[in-house]
Amino acid sequence: MLHMNLCIERGGFRLDANLAIPTPGVTALFGPSGAGKTTLAHAVAGLIPASGTLSLDGEILLDTQRDIGIAVEQRAIGCVFQDARLFPHLSVADNLDYGLRRQRRAIYAQRDEVIALLGLSTLLASAPHQLSGGERQRVALGRALLGQPRLLILDEPLASIDSARREEVLPYLERLRDRFRIPMLYVSHQYEEVLRLAAQVVLMDRGRVVASDTPAALSLSGALRARVGSAGVGAVIETEVISKNETEGLITVSLGGHPLRLNASADAIGAHLRLHILASEVILATERPQGLSVRNALPGKIEQLEAEENGMVLATVAIGGDRLLARVTRSAVDDLALTPGLEVWALVKAASLNQGLYRPTTATHSN
Amino acid sequence: MLTPEEADALRLSVIVATSSVLVTLPMAVLLAWLLVRGRFMGRWLIDAAVHLPLVLPPVVVGYLLLLLLGVRGPLGHWLYANFDIRLAFTTGGAIIATAVMTLPLVVRAVRLALEGIDPGLEEAARTLGAGPIDRAISVTLPLMLPGILAGAITAFAAGLGEFGAVITFASNIPGETRTLPLALYTALQSPTGDASAWRLALLSLALGALGLLAAEMFARRMRRRLGRG
Repeated sequence: MLHMNLCIERGGFRLDANLAIPTPGVTALFGPSGAGKTTLAHAVAGLIPASGTLSLDGEILLDTQRDIGIAVEQRAIGCVFQDARLFPHLSVADNLDYGLRRQRRAIYAQRDEVIALLGLSTLLASAPHQLSGGERQRVALGRALLGQPRLLILDEPLASIDSARREEVLPYLERLRDRFRIPMLYVSHQYEEVLRLAAQVVLMDRGRVVASDTPAALSLSGALRARVGSAGVGAVIETEVISKNETEGLITVSLGGHPLRLNASADAIGAHLRLHILASEVILATERPQGLSVRNALPGKIEQLEAEENGMVLATVAIGGDRLLARVTRSAVDDLALTPGLEVWALVKAASLNQGLYRPTTATHSN
Repeated sequence: MLTPEEADALRLSVIVATSSVLVTLPMAVLLAWLLVRGRFMGRWLIDAAVHLPLVLPPVVVGYLLLLLLGVRGPLGHWLYANFDIRLAFTTGGAIIATAVMTLPLVVRAVRLALEGIDPGLEEAARTLGAGPIDRAISVTLPLMLPGILAGAITAFAAGLGEFGAVITFASNIPGETRTLPLALYTALQSPTGDASAWRLALLSLALGALGLLAAEMFARRMRRRLGRG
């Protein structure tokens, strides 16, 4: 675990964070700009002075009351910065070796393997200024990893890359996460990146930790809904592939014990999938629908109804042990007499599911 | 082409300028570091002292050196009594005078170089396990190198021509302290020295131009290497 109870004060800005983050695994620090995500990440690395306590897997890194403070260079916390920060006077190979040469701990990330994993073999002789933005971040990632860190901090590594080129980095990040079981703190203000990478989410706003939970649990909370905006509101479901129809290109996953079909053929039976089912894509019916093209009809029970700012109503529907969010109009609530406790059918279009399909842990499940 | 006296002056000028650069460089790096990164009282005092030779008449600098380092001066006497080192009226003295005069130039160049370094790079080095001295050697100094060398070349070119402080502190002794500008001045004092003065002036011009050329070529190479060209 990464335990922290930190207070950071910088020029009128105050940040408090009391967190217990599971290790290993990717934890996202998520929130709007100015929330203090980067500040908190840098304080964990030791780059920003903080007071309080900080410990990683039982080892105390900071305890200001007992006057303990491990220096940055002895924390073995790797950092990938927004702007890569490659050493401009060194080649890619020398950049990669910088941390490796200064390493006194046991080596778990081998040079050759990291170079292969991040696709760096053709870049080794290049100078940093010859690389594209995506390549630069991959080198920065490799350099940090070869420092054999006990914790890897990724501070918006994709922020300085235009969105079309993020695919030059994201798949590598996923490979790295799946190959090396090290704890990672991933700073981001992009919900999609968070869903793609993180197992745990710390939601921050204006120097405070608003919530800390799994993506699935957090997706149902009002705090997260306020952050992602009405178009992004939707339940996050962790599920597994239970069957596969190769000829139709369909797979079936389980949602609260009921089958849910979607268009995806790449995933093997048993593979772990994460679905982000937008509230605007879920339709509610009080009777089992007949004569509809929608394949997915799931029986559930309304748990709660909340008025949204835009005049719509957000319904939380329990389906087995899972929960879906559905956005309906106020008149629909009245016409169908929707109330908490009512049994309903939730209709989900198979095609709409592909937009929010993530594979958060490929290594442990897909083999 | 050159008379033996003129060749001597050329040789001496190169020795004095080179040695003074070797003396000032490490000091300039240290001083620049203190001035840029240091957080202590009286920083401005060091800053002012370093830059004083820029605003003082060189003769005054030479005179102050004579008072301090002359055989009867406090520091000069101590050096002479304990180590048998005499600086006034020697080549060593010419080197010291030149070093003092060129120090502000080098400090300025090195300081600019240090201020231009992204502190984020040193942070990155820290997270990779590099301690303070390690970081200075592996990241900061290599990145300052273009600035340090530009400062060194400027100081070398300026050192070739230092006149006032040298003649005051080290006098005008042939083969010992008579550098190019001093030889040129001496030639002008003689009714038959016109040809010699011409040759020495041309020589100074050529050396200066060579220095500038070297600095420019070097700067271009560094810019290309760091991808700023």
